[in-house]
Amino acid sequence: MARLAIEKLTKRFGRITAISELSLEAESGTITVLLGPTGAGKTTTLRCVAGLERPDSGTIRIGDRVVNDLPPKDRDVAFVFQNFSLYPRYTVFENIASPLRIRSIPKEEIERRVREVARFLHIDHLLDRRPIHISGGEMQRVAIARALVRNPQLFLLDEPLTNLDAKIREEMRTELKRLQGETGATFLYATPDQAEALSMGDRIVVIRQGHVVQVGTPQEIYHYPRNVFVADFVGSPGMNFVPALFEGEKQLNVGPGYFIFELPEEAASVCRKALKHPEVIFGIRPEDIFLTAQEEKGLYPARVDVVEPLGVIQIVRLRLNGHVLRVRSEEGARFEGGERVFFGFRKEKVRIFDRFTEERVF
Amino acid sequence: MSSVRVEKLYKRFGHVEAVKGISFEVKEGEFVVLLGPSGCGKTTTLRCIAGLEHPDGGKIYFDDEDVTSLSPAARNIAFVFQLYALYPHLTAYDNIAFPLRAEGLPKPEIQRRVHEVVQLLQIEDILHLKPRKLTSGQKQRVALARAIVRRPRVFLLDEPLSNIDAKLREVTRAELKKLQRSLRATTIYVTHDQVEAMTMADKIVVMNFGDIQQIGSPHEVYHYPANLFVARFIGSPGMNFIPGNVEEREGQLGVTVDGKYFLPLLEEQQAALRRLPFSVHQVILGVRPENILVVGEGEGLLDGEVYVFEPLGVQNVVTFRILGHLVKALLPGDMVFQMGERVGLKFREIRVFHAETEKLIA
Repeated sequence: MARLAIEKLTKRFGRITAISELSLEAESGTITVLLGPTGAGKTTTLRCVAGLERPDSGTIRIGDRVVNDLPPKDRDVAFVFQNFSLYPRYTVFENIASPLRIRSIPKEEIERRVREVARFLHIDHLLDRRPIHISGGEMQRVAIARALVRNPQLFLLDEPLTNLDAKIREEMRTELKRLQGETGATFLYATPDQAEALSMGDRIVVIRQGHVVQVGTPQEIYHYPRNVFVADFVGSPGMNFVPALFEGEKQLNVGPGYFIFELPEEAASVCRKALKHPEVIFGIRPEDIFLTAQEEKGLYPARVDVVEPLGVIQIVRLRLNGHVLRVRSEEGARFEGGERVFFGFRKEKVRIFDRFTEERVF
Repeated sequence: MSSVRVEKLYKRFGHVEAVKGISFEVKEGEFVVLLGPSGCGKTTTLRCIAGLEHPDGGKIYFDDEDVTSLSPAARNIAFVFQLYALYPHLTAYDNIAFPLRAEGLPKPEIQRRVHEVVQLLQIEDILHLKPRKLTSGQKQRVALARAIVRRPRVFLLDEPLSNIDAKLREVTRAELKKLQRSLRATTIYVTHDQVEAMTMADKIVVMNFGDIQQIGSPHEVYHYPANLFVARFIGSPGMNFIPGNVEEREGQLGVTVDGKYFLPLLEEQQAALRRLPFSVHQVILGVRPENILVVGEGEGLLDGEVYVFEPLGVQNVVTFRILGHLVKALLPGDMVFQMGERVGLKFREIRVFHAETEKLIA
């Protein structure tokens, strides 16, 4: 297993720049997730690493080798696609064995490795079947097994779970993470799904419009998003935002005009130093707001817009004049659309963004 | 708006029984979701209600009128496939007026009715714009306005949110629910997404293999799933299952797992088991991931080992291995685990299912 290092990679298609001076590293034996919306450049990055696209500039290193000029077959990477394809006329066994056969590996060795990887992915009972006789989730396992059987330097996974049912997706997420942990493989894993990124990644590289926006552990990305885009994109629902004005020494006029929030000294001091203008965005995650039906000192009034039950929790949407605040609350508390309620928040969880650059200030 | 009653609806395609004699009711103004995996018969049911398929058996009533043999046009329903399908060359106004013009209504009447719905949907100021100038939220409102303006008796929606990205889907979900409530529109909504069903429905009809598995409020299907299928399908991750045996210890009924752990049941659950006309030995325990608590090894009801750890920001999914069984727990975001770590586990809100019939018994 090897480390991957991409430096200043640029790839254009005609006049469209798909990725622009993109740099990232995937440490050996870890899962690095490329997270971003459709069209962010995730697939192009993976395809450049695999050698399926030729970058316009930049270098790609796998282990100690610069692989820019190597053909795909000499890079020793395995690619798992979103739209996986299996040979319909082959059995599951033959499908998994196919990358070994073209490498003229002895028959007993092929047999041994296919059975081992099939057992690992819980598809050993399907080896004699044809793809048409197995489910979608099983097919995806076969596609992964086929990549895994070769024991390559690096795995490139391009939204491998996107086309699967929600239930199978959940299961496979756990399986894949377990598999990577046990084999110590290096994964570069692309997905538009923030839950998948948080749950699987050792590190997450958030990309947008061909640029890296933030690199960090799931905790860092979630609690200290670099800007409004990341804060909104990560989390379900994402962070709430309300425009605000920084006034005086440490006051935040949220709305402006809805309520005044006194910043903790540390946040206030950072804001005084970093801000060149008073216009900011007040950000708070849905789980850091609490609700009550009774008026209390220090709480702010709002009206309930819609309540969305989700089992033991519910999402309560509050309307604050023109803005919506989503609150994650326990199911036990009963709120109804139109009801007047009072809310407060965990002060240490407030995040402040510059309204013009949308970068996080605190 | 009408109420809808489906009675013993039966539909087959060749040898395949798509819908096997199902019955349910939708009250006037109610939001009912038909939920199930692909192939469960939900779309066929909806298409029969719309008149797009002719049932092989059973009746469909709007209020007390038998509409089973009426053409789709004569049923006066609004069938919405996708909330984006607008005529690109027409303005918002002309898009909304389109179905009324097709009916040949006089111009002043058309103006009056369009005016009425655009006020309701708060889109008065964008009526002169063509779809490409509209935001996606505005497009949805225009599409809805076009459906409402005809004053249909029933709204039928077939996975209207399936092709939009996660963030927009979340916003639209809330908007749609709010609108439906304010219009008191009788709505039948088909989806395979349990989150959509939970958050929007007054009543959920869970389907599988052409049959109804359960009809209930979001709260009922979540906390009292009628069988293993519903328990697994609702919730993310779905309910965990562990096989066990009913045993009596010191006058208390409980369930033993692998002969090693004894899990006592609540009084009312014990009573329910004793009331059964037959005695049950083999059962399946169900516990939701959010009802699993972690304590020190040996201090809980049973012991387990961390199998996979998946952070999700606000909370973490931790898969534990308990003897030969894997269970997933949803735990607070600040609790971090290492693979292989040993812990004790406690369950609250255990459900007991019959091992053979797979039905909820206590």
